[in-house]
Amino acid sequence: MTQLPIIQRKLSILADAAKYDASCASSGSKSTRKESQIGSTEGTGICHSYTPDGRCISLLKILLTNYCIYDCQYCVNRVTSDTPRARFSVDEVVNLTMEFYKRNYIEGLFLSSGIIQNSDYTMEQLTLVAKKLRTEYRFGGYIHLKTIPGAAEELITEAGLWADRLSVNIELPTETDLKQLAPEKKKTQIVGAMSGIKDKIDEIKSDRESGMRPPKFAPAGQSTQMIVGATETPDNEILKTANELYTGQRLRRVYYSAYSPIPHADALLPGKSPPLVREHRLYQADWLLRFYGFDVNEIVVRKDKNLDLEIDPKLAWALQQRGYFPVDVNTASREQLLRVPGIGARNVKRILSIRRHQRLRTDDLKKLRVAWKRAKSFVITEDHNPALADLDRGDLKQLIAPKEKQLTFFDTFDAALKGEL
Amino acid sequence: MWTIQIEDFDDWRSTARKLIGNQVSPSDVQLFDRDGQQSLFGDLPALGETSGATFRVSRKFVSLAQAVSYHRDFNRWNLLYRTLWRIKNEQPHLLEIETDSDVHRLIQMEKQVRRDAHKMKAFVRFRKVERDEKEYFIAWHQPDHRIVRRVAPFFSRRFKGMNWAILTPDESVTWNQQELHFGPGVTRSDAPGFDELEDLWRIYYANIFNPARVKVKMMKSEMPVRYWKNLPEADIIADLLTDAPKRMEEMIQQHEGFEQTAINFIKQTLNESFTLATLKEMAIECTACDLCREATQTVFGTGPVKAKVVLLGEQPGDQEDIAGVPFVGPAGKVLDEAIENAGLARDKLYLTNVVKHFKHIATNTEGVLRKKKRLHQKPNAREVRCCRPWFDAEWSCLEDAEFLVCLGETAARAILGPGNKISEVRGRLLSTDYCAKTIVTWHPAAILRSPRESHRQEKMRELIKDLALAGV
Repeated sequence: MTQLPIIQRKLSILADAAKYDASCASSGSKSTRKESQIGSTEGTGICHSYTPDGRCISLLKILLTNYCIYDCQYCVNRVTSDTPRARFSVDEVVNLTMEFYKRNYIEGLFLSSGIIQNSDYTMEQLTLVAKKLRTEYRFGGYIHLKTIPGAAEELITEAGLWADRLSVNIELPTETDLKQLAPEKKKTQIVGAMSGIKDKIDEIKSDRESGMRPPKFAPAGQSTQMIVGATETPDNEILKTANELYTGQRLRRVYYSAYSPIPHADALLPGKSPPLVREHRLYQADWLLRFYGFDVNEIVVRKDKNLDLEIDPKLAWALQQRGYFPVDVNTASREQLLRVPGIGARNVKRILSIRRHQRLRTDDLKKLRVAWKRAKSFVITEDHNPALADLDRGDLKQLIAPKEKQLTFFDTFDAALKGEL
Repeated sequence: MWTIQIEDFDDWRSTARKLIGNQVSPSDVQLFDRDGQQSLFGDLPALGETSGATFRVSRKFVSLAQAVSYHRDFNRWNLLYRTLWRIKNEQPHLLEIETDSDVHRLIQMEKQVRRDAHKMKAFVRFRKVERDEKEYFIAWHQPDHRIVRRVAPFFSRRFKGMNWAILTPDESVTWNQQELHFGPGVTRSDAPGFDELEDLWRIYYANIFNPARVKVKMMKSEMPVRYWKNLPEADIIADLLTDAPKRMEEMIQQHEGFEQTAINFIKQTLNESFTLATLKEMAIECTACDLCREATQTVFGTGPVKAKVVLLGEQPGDQEDIAGVPFVGPAGKVLDEAIENAGLARDKLYLTNVVKHFKHIATNTEGVLRKKKRLHQKPNAREVRCCRPWFDAEWSCLEDAEFLVCLGETAARAILGPGNKISEVRGRLLSTDYCAKTIVTWHPAAILRSPRESHRQEKMRELIKDLALAGV
């Protein structure tokens, strides 16, 4: 690596250090900033490439620096790691972003950083990059800034003026987990930062509603990331934390990141493959929470407070709540249809629309590409549905569960993207 | 049977209007692309102009038809007309019945066009060329459908301040920062073959990839292989995949730091918790970090369990290491003087360190005996983290403690968090997770190390003043 020119070396270190951040979304900003010369945001983001790990490249995702004074044990950049270090200047990041953007490689910039000197100084540097892109280069593309824990509120407010999205990482689901693995981070401080951002978003919104013309402030809202599998905390605790953040702080997204082995890992964390299936089930449960009318307390049905890894959480719930079924697709309410395994939210909408004009038969459901194997024992259709006879069978789970199939990341991503269960 | 040539969507729309107005059944008419097959049946006899009462169709149908018009399927104009006919004459809500086979096919085609357009927005790769001191960005792209006109406005909004061109086999489009110009299709050799920035882009691509999560199927489904030939980053996919298992194995194998912390040496059961005395016993055996190897012994805290004031230092020094008691060397003497002047009594205080073993390097000193001298070294963050559970356990035993004094920066950072500078926090009463009354002050060794007498005196005065706060 030493023979690489300096900018190449920095890019390789600071992209490598950023890859453990799961979020790459570039959606949510509905209109392009006025005065922009290069760059646009029109609501949905674009994935410009895919790496062999199945993840999309939408943003130039880098750290400003991977020097850090903190010692979070799951993080490759912690102060006690021997990882090689580098630091970009503000101008280097600005230029890289513009040059990549002009060639249509990226939707914009996702900038995070290790903490250097102190939180405020680091936050100022991140903000400076965004400000320069907007004001000097008239950049209208997407900017996601990671806020630095402990940075002053007015610095975060300034960041929100230039960024489309702000995020504060919750990092780990509980206070105890933080104490164990990220001793310098405090949940109250993290949630405090989120609530500061939320208040500002609300303030701008109410100004706009009362006829004023306030500046843009984080128009794509805020998101967070939680590392899963680095501690023993069960899924229902993870989902409770996510639910608090959705309702209390109105986050757009909570990203679950299966703890992945990292180079220069601390010896305290056992090396293992990331628990991708668990991550996948958490994303599915997250969708049930947000779009399927499920309450956080009913999603996890197992005694050990974890999601079933073999089957999706909606099917697991249905198998426990057989009394709720069968549901008649021609007469059931929207709420009832949303609870049928194998019928996704979009298909519920289609079914409601079609049945105004004609009654649905089993073949119609198959044509809509309902996951029939999962749905068939739970629904009444216009014609005879023989699979309904299995609803009360003790071995129904075995009949439906996929046979020892290795879950691929494709499924994970698919669920995370479309949320069709 | 009539045949009609259709140029584009607007042409189809006006033709379809006339056909519907004249009640021409879809089975009596064939619609072709203008550049497609020549008419075999001669042109359509003049249709009567329909009355002024033009009919309306839903916006949903118009948007569906527009999308489908870019599809390569030669039968799309006929399918659209048949669907329109059925909406007018059979089922006004036909589009809501997605299980209908015509509607189903149209929606499929619409999806394919949308996807192709989306992939064009994603996979166009501009290459910069300079002519007459002006920058131009030129891309070669091969879409599945004839979507250039559908997608071009997007690029003009996005790259408003740039001169760009997108070349495809069917059609090309350029933007001069004012308006779009469409031209004929070209061949690949008309596009530039190189951009030096592509090396940097490949470096980014290689490093953002996590070899612990290889999911090739997912990548190929979203970035189909047919696009790869025009994507500079695709050149290195094969190499990345070959190296991935090795890199993943290395990540799992290679660890840093210590496999244990002091936690592993603190034994307690549900019924029997530890005391200061049993902790001290347990600490003798501590080998969590490597400092125990070179040190003489563990130097545990000392003082009454009922102590109200706790003094926390960095680590034992040379003499402490030999005596097994904290603060008995030269720094300890300075501390004693300060304690006395502050009106406190040493035997009422609990004294301890963040790190319990002496960290040092041995050097040979000049002289006849060539005696080895042990020089103090600052413990690193890893060692502090490793040892810290001992202080946490001591603190939990000190139930009456109401004042915590951090002596020096290592202790201050262990209690207040990283990044705190002694010059900024010294002498102020702070509330921390440990203690509502926490104060940071000079470590006595810092006073000894000060080069000037005036500095030493000033720091000593400050140490005494800070300690005196604990006596209030």
